[in-house]
Amino acid sequence: MTQQTESTTPAQTQNKSSGRNRTTRHHMIAFGLIAAFVVIAPQFLYPVFVMKLLCFALFAMAFNLMLGFGGLLSFGHAAFFGGAAYAAGHAAKVWGWPPELAIAFAVLVGAAMGAAFGFVAIKSRGIYFAMITLAFAQMVYFYALQSPVTGGEDGLQSIPRNSLFGLVDLSSDGAFYWLVAVIFMIGILFVYRVIHSPFGEVLKGIRENEQRMISLGYQVQRYKLVTFIISAALSGLAGGTKALVFHLASLVDVHWTMSGEVVLMTLIGGMGTIFGPIIGAGVIVAMQNYLADLGSLVLIVQGLVFIVCVLTFREGIIGVLAKWLKTRL
Amino acid sequence: MTHTIEHTGPGAPAAQSDTMLEVSGLNGWYGESHVLHDINLRVGSGEVVTLLGRNGAGKTTTLKAIMGLLKTRSGSIRFQGHEVIDTPARSIAKMGVGYVPDDRGIFGSLSVLENLLLPPKVAEGGFDLPDIYELFPNLQERLDSYGNKLSGGEQQMLSIARILRTGARFVLMDEPTEGLAPVIIHQIGHTVRRLKKAGFTILLVEQNFHFARELADRHYIVQEGRIIDEFRNDEVTENLDKIQGYLGI
Amino acid sequence: MFELLGIPPQALFGQVLLGLINGSFYAVLSLGLAVIFGLLNIINFAHGALYMMGAFVAWMLLTYLGIPFWAALVVSPMIVGGIGMVIERTMLRPLHDLDHLYSLLLTFGLTLVITGLFQNFYGVSGKPYPIPAVLTGVVNLGFMFLPIYRAFIIVMAVIVCFATWFLIEKTRLGSYLRAATENPEMVSAFGINVPLLVTLTYGFGVALAAFAGVLAAPVYSVNPVMGNDIIIVVFAVIVIGGMGSIMGAIIGGFGLGVVEGLTKVFYPEASTTIIFIIMALVLLLKPSGIFGREV
Repeated sequence: MTQQTESTTPAQTQNKSSGRNRTTRHHMIAFGLIAAFVVIAPQFLYPVFVMKLLCFALFAMAFNLMLGFGGLLSFGHAAFFGGAAYAAGHAAKVWGWPPELAIAFAVLVGAAMGAAFGFVAIKSRGIYFAMITLAFAQMVYFYALQSPVTGGEDGLQSIPRNSLFGLVDLSSDGAFYWLVAVIFMIGILFVYRVIHSPFGEVLKGIRENEQRMISLGYQVQRYKLVTFIISAALSGLAGGTKALVFHLASLVDVHWTMSGEVVLMTLIGGMGTIFGPIIGAGVIVAMQNYLADLGSLVLIVQGLVFIVCVLTFREGIIGVLAKWLKTRL
Repeated sequence: MTHTIEHTGPGAPAAQSDTMLEVSGLNGWYGESHVLHDINLRVGSGEVVTLLGRNGAGKTTTLKAIMGLLKTRSGSIRFQGHEVIDTPARSIAKMGVGYVPDDRGIFGSLSVLENLLLPPKVAEGGFDLPDIYELFPNLQERLDSYGNKLSGGEQQMLSIARILRTGARFVLMDEPTEGLAPVIIHQIGHTVRRLKKAGFTILLVEQNFHFARELADRHYIVQEGRIIDEFRNDEVTENLDKIQGYLGI
Repeated sequence: MFELLGIPPQALFGQVLLGLINGSFYAVLSLGLAVIFGLLNIINFAHGALYMMGAFVAWMLLTYLGIPFWAALVVSPMIVGGIGMVIERTMLRPLHDLDHLYSLLLTFGLTLVITGLFQNFYGVSGKPYPIPAVLTGVVNLGFMFLPIYRAFIIVMAVIVCFATWFLIEKTRLGSYLRAATENPEMVSAFGINVPLLVTLTYGFGVALAAFAGVLAAPVYSVNPVMGNDIIIVVFAVIVIGGMGSIMGAIIGGFGLGVVEGLTKVFYPEASTTIIFIIMALVLLLKPSGIFGREV
């Protein structure tokens, strides 16, 4: 599923360095806007709502690393998100770990699951890859449904946030918000770094033309696996943080509808764009929030948005914006 | 919508006035690249006409465009007086055009008999199975084999045979001799000659000039997506050097 | 009677039979997916939702119109199959030339809409559907009591699987389908209407899902989420059997149902995950699935 192809005609090559500076400037502006939003948002929005948004934005960015830059559609990312949520919840609730360690543990669990699933799934492509990741995630779901560790149908409730480094009390939403904000900013800067590193360039090369990269001697499978693990670890970061925000890790987090939601966020925002998933997460989280009273209508609206996006709006919000601004976002 | 074909009957001589196919100003594209440029050609009823040219000259693409299999095309293709430039392949087939593609188009997961029976009849007067078995005895012995188990020659015969069943009287044949042993080429040449005698009209793509020369009434030379020259078969001898130059032989 | 590893034969046979019943649903559902995948190259994510719709349409036919089970067994798949054909024409066709993952996403969206619609009108609690009178009761097999309706499910599934196999492998229409799966362009050059064939195939695959839904109505409660979890298991079944393989779907469906049943006897904790574990193993050893062509 490639969205953007970088074609280089001679004229473009001439302008490339100035174009790159321009793109970088656009990215700096975007980061400025995001940082400003993160700082100001709690003034006029509920902190829990903003925290939810940030967690899902991070989750969608992690997912997009796989789809938009690795060209692989995973339909099982809920496993990493939800699995890590249980891990963080268990660490905080049963072991009494402070939030930074609980979340770090969640990241590790996400990465480990990513390594295990990726080892099997990465050899396949396209629809096969989607099906296989979906099936693995369902395995995790069934495990969570039955296991006493995850609390079955009830999930893990009343997960405490404990004190940061054992010192700073974070039980109020206002205080916890800043931890989430810092995690989010670090997360998106990390993703940005990965995309613009030599590693990210190889990934884009694989997405555009896998055969060529193989013939150039790149270990394509290994690159994909590493991407999968990074993506899973970041999803774990999002899921673990989310568990502490809501004091809850439940079956909803590991169900395949969650995997679908993150696909939708990425699709609406713009696959293969850097900032699209953040916008997409914002749209979906806001929509769920405002339609929450309508019950099953949320599902219908979400499904319709999905259908309309696939049929008529495959570039997504940021994809269209980037085209309009003649830049890459 | 089925068109019945007014065929000229077996053994009818090639009447120049009776046009089966007339292509004029045909242009074609593969995606962005313009591959056919203003192709003009005419095939009279009962004629065998070849498109000669080197590899990649655009012969196969021309056949595909006529068959309606090239997605982007413009200009005019008139078949028995009907404009078919915008007609989908399936409707062109129903007008009585048979297609024998360069890869032979045999379905590997179907048996020989299934392959043979696959194309629906488009007109009365097609060969029935005994006729086909008489023409291609090898096929009868292999009816239950799967398509992907056949030799190249058997595949080629099957590819021709299944078209004969349909009653189509105009056959587009794409390099039927490619990669085959001389004895098989001989058999295919014999078949084409019999079809001609039976009044079939054939547009044949060939790289094998000697094969073409023995069968065809006229030849078009295709180069870089254009028709660059045209000869009647009786003009071939005097233009031999020129033609061999075109074909690089 | 004998005992096997300390398991009484009643329990063993009972679970094998239960496994066969689950396997019947797996087989019919994965068969529909395989037929669709073969020609359209897409995974119909909405298959579970359409299975649910099949059950609901049967329930609606009975509740609102008094149309009995036997008629519903035919009418419901026809209605749902018709809806499927509309879906194919209006939504899947425009995506045909794009990456097939878009079709997967589209059918995922459809799943949400269909599930949401039924939840909206009927809530999440189940609707009861009575077993038809002739099929009530049990027979004593000696080692266990077998409810007649359960036996009926197995018989119907076997018949439908055989009929579908016959249709595809032994009829002219089936040869069109197989040929178009291999080389659609060539088939259209013979004058066959391939787009129509695609629409009919999708409708047929969807009708199979609805048929499974009607069969399920009397044994499972008819509810909007009944297709949600079974469909993921079925995805695993077709990965194991080999995507697009008719035999893989049928044998894989029944076989894995039995394996699941046996797991319930010997190691119940793994019974819900055993199929996914087998899937992982199959993928490591033969990525194209047991009956699949090499990819």
